[in-house]
Amino acid sequence: MRKMLSKLFAWIGMAVLLLPALVQAAGPAAANIVIVADTRKTTGLLRWWADLYNESHLYFAILTVVLIPIIGVIFGVLADLVMSHIGIDLKSRELAEH
Amino acid sequence: MDWLYVLMPISGVMIFWPGLIILGVGVGVIGGFFGMGGAWMVTPGLNILGFPMAFAIGTDIAHMAGKSLIATMRHGRFGNVDYKLGVIMIIGTIVGFEVGAQMVMWLERLGSVEKVVRYLYLVLLAGIAWMVFTDVAKRKAKERAAKAAGEEVDKLATGIEWHKTFHRIKIPPMVHFKTAGIYCSAWLPIFISFFTGWLAGILGIGGGLIRMPALIYFIGCPTHVAVGTDLFEVMISGLYGAGTYTFKGRTELVAAIIMLVGASIGAQAGTVATKYIKGYGIRIAFGLAVVGCALSIVLMMLSKAFPRWGAFYSNASTALILGLVGVMSLYIIVKMVEGAKKEIAAKKAREAA
Repeated sequence: MRKMLSKLFAWIGMAVLLLPALVQAAGPAAANIVIVADTRKTTGLLRWWADLYNESHLYFAILTVVLIPIIGVIFGVLADLVMSHIGIDLKSRELAEH
Repeated sequence: MDWLYVLMPISGVMIFWPGLIILGVGVGVIGGFFGMGGAWMVTPGLNILGFPMAFAIGTDIAHMAGKSLIATMRHGRFGNVDYKLGVIMIIGTIVGFEVGAQMVMWLERLGSVEKVVRYLYLVLLAGIAWMVFTDVAKRKAKERAAKAAGEEVDKLATGIEWHKTFHRIKIPPMVHFKTAGIYCSAWLPIFISFFTGWLAGILGIGGGLIRMPALIYFIGCPTHVAVGTDLFEVMISGLYGAGTYTFKGRTELVAAIIMLVGASIGAQAGTVATKYIKGYGIRIAFGLAVVGCALSIVLMMLSKAFPRWGAFYSNASTALILGLVGVMSLYIIVKMVEGAKKEIAAKKAREAA
């Protein structure tokens, strides 16, 4: 075990030392990209969403972070109700490796 | 058949929405079963559906946050989540991830890091696969030895027991993780999570693929608790990732919500399946998934090394990943249905008696 760990750390050490040289040899860095939503194709809710994206990435991000857990919980609870209705025990399990 | 396509308001492309739901179900099942986000499976799937790559990662992380929330809730009710361990590990993971991400930025200023990252990822996956299958072989050897002696191996016994060596390091403060059944130095999970977070930051992945085996082999969690606790971390890091990627304008929420419809069902099915499959069943399936992931990376590397055959290798890599997602999720769903049928039949028999 000790022998194996010392070998492992030697490999990690070597990789850390060689990494910058490998990267420098790999090629030029990429340029930044700016993306704008094309609102001409959209209407209604999708139009509002695309407008929000173009106007403020901050509000867009806040709304996404709020919406994702809410939608997740709604779908999760629905799936829970279906499985409980089928008769699956959703409260206990046996802990065993084999 | 226009109704089968939906316009993505940000990227402006039409996407086959049933494909997004099917992909969501597949990765939901695998994520809930193994305790990982599964970005390595989603990205090629989104690519096949014609999704612009600029939005693939952000959209994947956004749906992953919702999916892992559902799976964590379910694992939590089963008693598979050690919240104390999860919270301690989040600190290490975030710091490690930021250090890793900053390191990549620094390396990017020197040049392209893609090739190096792929090599590093491959070495890591080979290491994880080796660990899993060595563990399985050792456990089987233990069973054979016990059988020869006329004894039975404890049902929580494991093959590789490196965690026992780490638990002997008694640097204060010592912490008791009740759900995981571990008593060790608080520095052990902090160090392990920092290391796995650092690796995830360098590789640009969520980290579930690394953290799940680290929780088992280095910290000593039972498989089911490792899966649940890892999902708790994926949930937190997923929400953080969804916030940062969306702030950078790289998330297509409409696609994430459509995927979440499938993923919520899949994640529940995958989580419930862990009830009917023992720890080593999960470990072996996880090892096979890691081998599949490594093979797909080899094919991607071959596509870059031999541009003439690039399209062939690239398509083969995508086919391999999607085939793996299909076969594994089907296997997990079949096991879940079989287990549920048995459980319901036993319940009915008890009620009748």
